[in-house]
Amino acid sequence: MRTVTVVGASLAGLHAARGLRSHGFDGRLVIVGEERHRPYDRPPLSKEFLTRPGDPDGDPAPLALTDPEDEAELDAEWLLGVRAEALDPAAGEVRLAGGRTVRTDGVVIATGAAPRTLRATALPGVHTLRTLDDAARLRAELRAGAARAVVIGAGFIGAEVASSCAALGLDVTVVEAAPLPLVPQLGTELAGVCAALHRTSGVTLLCGTQVATLRGTDRVTGVELADGRVLPADVVVVGIGVRPVTGWLEGSGLALEDGVLCDEGCVTALPNVVAVGDVARLARPGVGRTVRAEHWTSGMEQGGVAARNLLAGSTVEPFAALPYFWSDQYGARIQYAGRRDPGDTVRIDEGDPADPGAGLLAVYERDGSPTAVLGINRPRPFMRLRRELARAPQPAGR
Amino acid sequence: MIPVCRIEDLPEGESVRVEAGETGGPIAVFHSEGAFYAIDDTCSHQDASLSEGWLEGCYVECPLHAALFDLRSGMPTCLPARKPVRTHAVTVVDGMLYVHPAVHAVPAEPVHAVQEEAVA
Repeated sequence: MRTVTVVGASLAGLHAARGLRSHGFDGRLVIVGEERHRPYDRPPLSKEFLTRPGDPDGDPAPLALTDPEDEAELDAEWLLGVRAEALDPAAGEVRLAGGRTVRTDGVVIATGAAPRTLRATALPGVHTLRTLDDAARLRAELRAGAARAVVIGAGFIGAEVASSCAALGLDVTVVEAAPLPLVPQLGTELAGVCAALHRTSGVTLLCGTQVATLRGTDRVTGVELADGRVLPADVVVVGIGVRPVTGWLEGSGLALEDGVLCDEGCVTALPNVVAVGDVARLARPGVGRTVRAEHWTSGMEQGGVAARNLLAGSTVEPFAALPYFWSDQYGARIQYAGRRDPGDTVRIDEGDPADPGAGLLAVYERDGSPTAVLGINRPRPFMRLRRELARAPQPAGR
Repeated sequence: MIPVCRIEDLPEGESVRVEAGETGGPIAVFHSEGAFYAIDDTCSHQDASLSEGWLEGCYVECPLHAALFDLRSGMPTCLPARKPVRTHAVTVVDGMLYVHPAVHAVPAEPVHAVQEEAVA
């Protein structure tokens, strides 16, 4: 393999590139990024990047995932600010916007995901949050006299943005369509515990509430709900999930099903094409289902596995890491690790679910065996249980 | 020089966080395999407290993203951390543990608990 092209200058793409080099690939390495930035860390964008004092546009320097030394070691050709438009495996080509083509032997797909939007999202004052540029725009508006924020969607991004807005002194309402947010991720009992964090910071959470439309002509002025109520707003943030960026792969012959279908080692049906991060849907052999994770840790860890399998020509190492994610909101650090299923029972090990901000440690169980663990402001015992879970053989069917 | 605690109050495998005053951030002090170590408490990658991390030998794993730091040098041994944390000297006087906040990132010699106890 003389040339490998990583499409996506993201956390996952960067770690795949590093993995290629650390596994001995000394050929031409091309990294294509739609954004103009070198790879940067996204988790702070909804948190301290918004709240930190200083430059109204925010300081991107602490987010950088590479320094000049890393970049020298990577020895990559960076094609930034340019979108990949097609993959032609037969010709061995990645086609870029503007007509340029990269001739390549191997491809790492790391194009991530893009926020789902509402129809009126183009209205000034309405934001989604995924990229550094998105966050800089939102940060500037939050500092330009906005007093009322409405956040649509109470998932992790929505909750973190709401928390940041509240920390900046805005009056914040969160609108969630489901009867309770985060039930698919956390189950009803602990989703309810986390939802209570909103209220502790004076944020209003409206559940089971549909948005009818956004109000405003030159700029958003409010959110009209399905029941006719209007929530006045200077800033609206839409956090209703993401869809994997696979449009450019239509016609490539790769199987696309809410993500790029891969085997358990990130390898697609073509042995010279692998996928990593939010865009990758991995097989879980013996479980009969596929999994697409949107976790920072998965993005980072899949890179090395995918690189190794790409260079080996087939999967020699499966991606088997225990799912892990965290969220910082309202002064609470929520950490989750494991694979829970609907119906798993919850055991509270530490703390009081009625006062989650004071700390909580909960273990999900099935048939008496732990399947997952959730901690709120309990980093040490959480870490112990996370490590125990990672070592334990997973019950069949997970 | 900042008093930390009596050495018997920081048993093997434990860690404690101390405030370093206005000059620097908080410091994490560890007792591992018979020695005391002190490093910056805040992970060089993102906001997480290393005193809440997983201690194994002379390494601590960050509780948020599993970056591993060498307590002797402050150097990260794996991603996602790329920058070192500062190390700080530790002394034991009359059974009392003290840290001496460093200005720069300098590798510090660990203080061996047994040896220092004998001196004290």
